[in-house]
Amino acid sequence: MKARTKITFASLAAMLAMNTALSSTALAEEVKIGMVVTLSGPPAALGQQIVDGFNLALEQNGGKLGGQSVNLIVEDDELKPDVALLKAKSLIERDKVDIVVGTVFSNLLQAIFKPVTQSKTFLISPNAGPSTFAGKNCNPYFFVTSYQNNQNAEVSGMIANEEGFEKVVLMVPNYQAGRDNVAGYKQTFKGEIADEIYTPLGHQDFSSELAKISTEGADALFTFMPGGMGVRLVKQFKATGLGDSMTFTSVFTTDETTLPGQKDAAVGFLSAGNWAPDMKNETNQAFVSAFEETYGYVPGGYAAQSYDTAMLIASALEKTGGKVSDKDAMRKALEAADFTSVRGSFSFSNNHYPVQDFHLLEVAKRDDGQYWTTVKRTIVKDYADSLHDECKM
Amino acid sequence: MSFTLLLIQCLNGLQYGTLLFLIAAGLTLVFGVMGFINLAHGVQYMVGAYLVFAFHQLTGSFLVSVVLSMVAALLFGLLLEHFVFRRLYGRDHLTQVLATFGIIIFLNELAKVIFGPATLSIQPPEFLAGSIQLTEQLRYPVYRFVTILAGLVVAALLYVTVTRTRVGMLIRAGATTPEMVSALGVDVQKLFMIVFGVGAMLAGFAGVIAAPIFAIEPGMGDNILIIAFVVTIIGGIGSIRGAFLAALLVGLFDTLGRTLLTEGLELVFPPSFSTQVGPALASMLIYILMAVILVVRPQGLLPAKGAA
Repeated sequence: MKARTKITFASLAAMLAMNTALSSTALAEEVKIGMVVTLSGPPAALGQQIVDGFNLALEQNGGKLGGQSVNLIVEDDELKPDVALLKAKSLIERDKVDIVVGTVFSNLLQAIFKPVTQSKTFLISPNAGPSTFAGKNCNPYFFVTSYQNNQNAEVSGMIANEEGFEKVVLMVPNYQAGRDNVAGYKQTFKGEIADEIYTPLGHQDFSSELAKISTEGADALFTFMPGGMGVRLVKQFKATGLGDSMTFTSVFTTDETTLPGQKDAAVGFLSAGNWAPDMKNETNQAFVSAFEETYGYVPGGYAAQSYDTAMLIASALEKTGGKVSDKDAMRKALEAADFTSVRGSFSFSNNHYPVQDFHLLEVAKRDDGQYWTTVKRTIVKDYADSLHDECKM
Repeated sequence: MSFTLLLIQCLNGLQYGTLLFLIAAGLTLVFGVMGFINLAHGVQYMVGAYLVFAFHQLTGSFLVSVVLSMVAALLFGLLLEHFVFRRLYGRDHLTQVLATFGIIIFLNELAKVIFGPATLSIQPPEFLAGSIQLTEQLRYPVYRFVTILAGLVVAALLYVTVTRTRVGMLIRAGATTPEMVSALGVDVQKLFMIVFGVGAMLAGFAGVIAAPIFAIEPGMGDNILIIAFVVTIIGGIGSIRGAFLAALLVGLFDTLGRTLLTEGLELVFPPSFSTQVGPALASMLIYILMAVILVVRPQGLLPAKGAA
């Protein structure tokens, strides 16, 4: 018995040794990218878009980015900060990834930010863009390819000014991102705020809030209700017939992840955003049609930003000859953002947050029965976030 | 706040209350009659919503899908009872909690595997889609009126069944002294199965009528389960009348609390403070109500007769 155990151990050890030998030879030839996104619970659809967007870029280039083979390791953060932290740490320490791409939600980014950047691993966020890392806490290892969280709300305020809204009701879930959106909106909106309504996160029934709103005689509603909340709000808004007397404007409420649930109820609703699938540039049209063909659904901003992230990494790897080990060279290559974005114009500000155009978007039904957002007009060009001056880097 | 607005808020509260009642009724019966803690009850609500979505895709008719979903929800409840819950009646409450919690996780994931993680929705039928003009500014959706009505009808039917029929009598007897009922030659096992099936069907029905108002997504039953437990506790465990009263109370408290509390605070405190504190306090309101009732009347508002 003893001898057998010994043999087993010996062969195990041999196998392990072989394994490490194999993987270390493999290491030299490929770049490892770890991805931390939410793939379970109700917001799983958002994380899935990010995975799909990135994979599309990989597939189109035969599993390579910038001529370099890429090993993509996807981890689910389960929408829990402690899980996100654990997964990010294991990506850095066990898998020894060169780049971490994540996350969907800002609070999870806060959780993984320190361990990733302190290990001098590049962290690129394809969606979460908290204002906390845009100002004096900006970091040389941190990049954002989406937006700074306040920007969409700021642009919404500008839209309200342009559309001539005088009285607006704001309604957001009662948590940090909700209150950030209210603050951002107030920064640019010049009219009167008729009311501020804060609902619980994951709110089910908006009937009492909508009844209250209907008595306030406002021109428009501005809201931020991502995911299922948005589906419920839009449908209930429509059912009360409020749409006849006021305009529905929002951010992250009527996008490609919620439209399959909202359908006709959302058609004509306005929002602010940095991208829409109908944007006319060539890169975008190729991206959208390839995405729909591969995954069978209309991509949203999450997928577009993720695709851009992959393209950004590709452009940087091409410049460095496929190496990430020279951190300064890699950073320079990333900062250059020398790729064609699906959004048209794209560059990085000094704080590694994007400088890009923002548009007024409108929900429309396509001829094939699918729903998507369309660009109505551009509101601001090359809009940098308001905190970049505070970043000393 | 105008009178019509208050009226609308009361209607909203009533509508939420009747929905809660449909879920809590099954929960309180199963717990009261069988002494069985069924955390998976909220999942039945989700199952109902997904069923009506699936049948609506197949048949295209809302009314047909409602009927089919209720039959399917009943069958589903009976299957669960037969294969899983039957084995748990004799066990302690901790085992029941663990097992039924496992079912929640399993069914939530299953819904995601079958229907995908995205939020789904269905439209109410055409003739219920409009809204009624109450005053110049205020309208109320027809569909919500109908759900209030449906909830009240089911409540009345259930009440008559429990108090006036033979099955109802057995259920009440089974709740107090199951050994005696069994000794009198009644098949308690079968009785439990009926109670369980009906409970599952009611929760499924709640999911069905909620589907066009709310969105359909995995895990949608989890939050409402907690509220249903609150209703059960406030009403008195095992009591249908108690569940009805408590459901309406919780519905009204929650709805009116969310609108009146912030406004009320604004009369006394500055607006920035009120918008900070009001919403937070409003979401605690029903739990405060439950705590108060537990202190003042620990057995619940209308405890089932004979229960200790």
